Amino acid sequence: MAIAGLFLVVFLMVHLGINLFLLPIAENHKEMFAEAAHFMGTNWIVKVFELVLMAAFLIHIILGIVLHIQNKMARGYTYKVASKSTTSFMSKYIIWTGLVILAFLALHFYQFYFIKLGIVEAPLAANVPHPQEEHFYELAVYLFSNSMLYSILYIISFVVLGIHLNHAFQSAFQSLGLNHKKYTPAIKAVGKVYSVVVPLGYIIIPLYFILTA
Amino acid sequence: MKLKLKIWRQKNAKAKGKFVDYILDDVSPEMSFLEMLDALNEKLITGGDEPVAFEHDCREGICGCCSLYINGRPHGPAEKTTTCELHMRSFKDGDTIVVEPFRAKAFPIIKDLIVDRYAFDKIIQSGGFINVNAGAAQDANTILISKEDADEAMDSATCIGCGACVAACKNASAMLFVSAKVSQFALLEQGKVEAKERVQAMVAKMDELGFGNCTNTYACEAECPKGISVANIARMNREFLTAKLT
Repeated sequence: MAIAGLFLVVFLMVHLGINLFLLPIAENHKEMFAEAAHFMGTNWIVKVFELVLMAAFLIHIILGIVLHIQNKMARGYTYKVASKSTTSFMSKYIIWTGLVILAFLALHFYQFYFIKLGIVEAPLAANVPHPQEEHFYELAVYLFSNSMLYSILYIISFVVLGIHLNHAFQSAFQSLGLNHKKYTPAIKAVGKVYSVVVPLGYIIIPLYFILTA
Repeated sequence: MKLKLKIWRQKNAKAKGKFVDYILDDVSPEMSFLEMLDALNEKLITGGDEPVAFEHDCREGICGCCSLYINGRPHGPAEKTTTCELHMRSFKDGDTIVVEPFRAKAFPIIKDLIVDRYAFDKIIQSGGFINVNAGAAQDANTILISKEDADEAMDSATCIGCGACVAACKNASAMLFVSAKVSQFALLEQGKVEAKERVQAMVAKMDELGFGNCTNTYACEAECPKGISVANIARMNREFLTAKLT
């Protein structure tokens, strides 16, 4: 659970690094995005890591659900007065934030990954030329500028991801036994910063397209 | 003080329980919570009713017998305090106090507020000890232990095994208890000899008994009357992973 989660934490940064080329951060940002997408789609090392990534997603999701069911069964009864223990709301609702992210992931697969695999055709209105994965820039721009609802769903998903990460980051270290008087406060601080900065990085993209539409 | 009490009543393990309301007048703020329940029971017995069954022994926060989930918190609202050391001055006149038993699949109810915490003993029996030759005591300082390790082991050993961690945890996980017991040995030379077998046996027993998993919400640490740190849980995870991998 923790190892798979930490792998996903690294993946989120790599993915964000490429996504930021959707914004006009450089003169040839479109070409840079296409080149990055092409590299990610063809490089054999990335292909191997793609399998590791799928495994990480599956392990993280399946274990998360199994653990949640086991944990519910271990209590077996709901207290009349809900717990007033001083724990953060972000940690108590980890399974629910996780399920929201899973729903987003399903949508994301449908809109991008399945198109890359050729299972799903890109929406005609997006006017994305073949081979489609080389033109994810056009597809992303189409999705963000064509539907306000999609952009809002995207933003909400990443706020929820931030809430998930806020607890999950330091939790992964604790589960692996990496707790130390000196370093744990630093891990917690990095986790808090990460859980705000990375989702915010993703959110900036639809915000840019909404504001410039 | 006048209090309204909402107490879980259940005749036996198999009976269906329910909350029963009681009004108790003349509660002194100086009373301990258990003395308040004693007063209620005297009133019930005088009136010909069955008294509320609750567990207690030393009444000085050492034995780990008292439990009770009071207004949404194991051992009530005072921090690092067992129910027996909780005083009625922590409540206000006119308050409603909801008293529930500790709830977990692994802690079945025996009667009213008494739960069977034998599961903790089973975990201890699975490995929470050291096998030593019971000869004469050695000279002091033949085994060198740093002050820090000795202190940490002692802190872990202050766990009284009351089960508040299980009651507070949303997953009814016993990780804080088990990790404290693993740590008190793992930190000391005498305990290190059997550390690998111990942690594996105790974790396996904990899982077998149906306690939940730790999702690091740290409610256990917040509610522990002895302030046992979740650093113990990380130590147990570390010990367990190393034991499994080597």
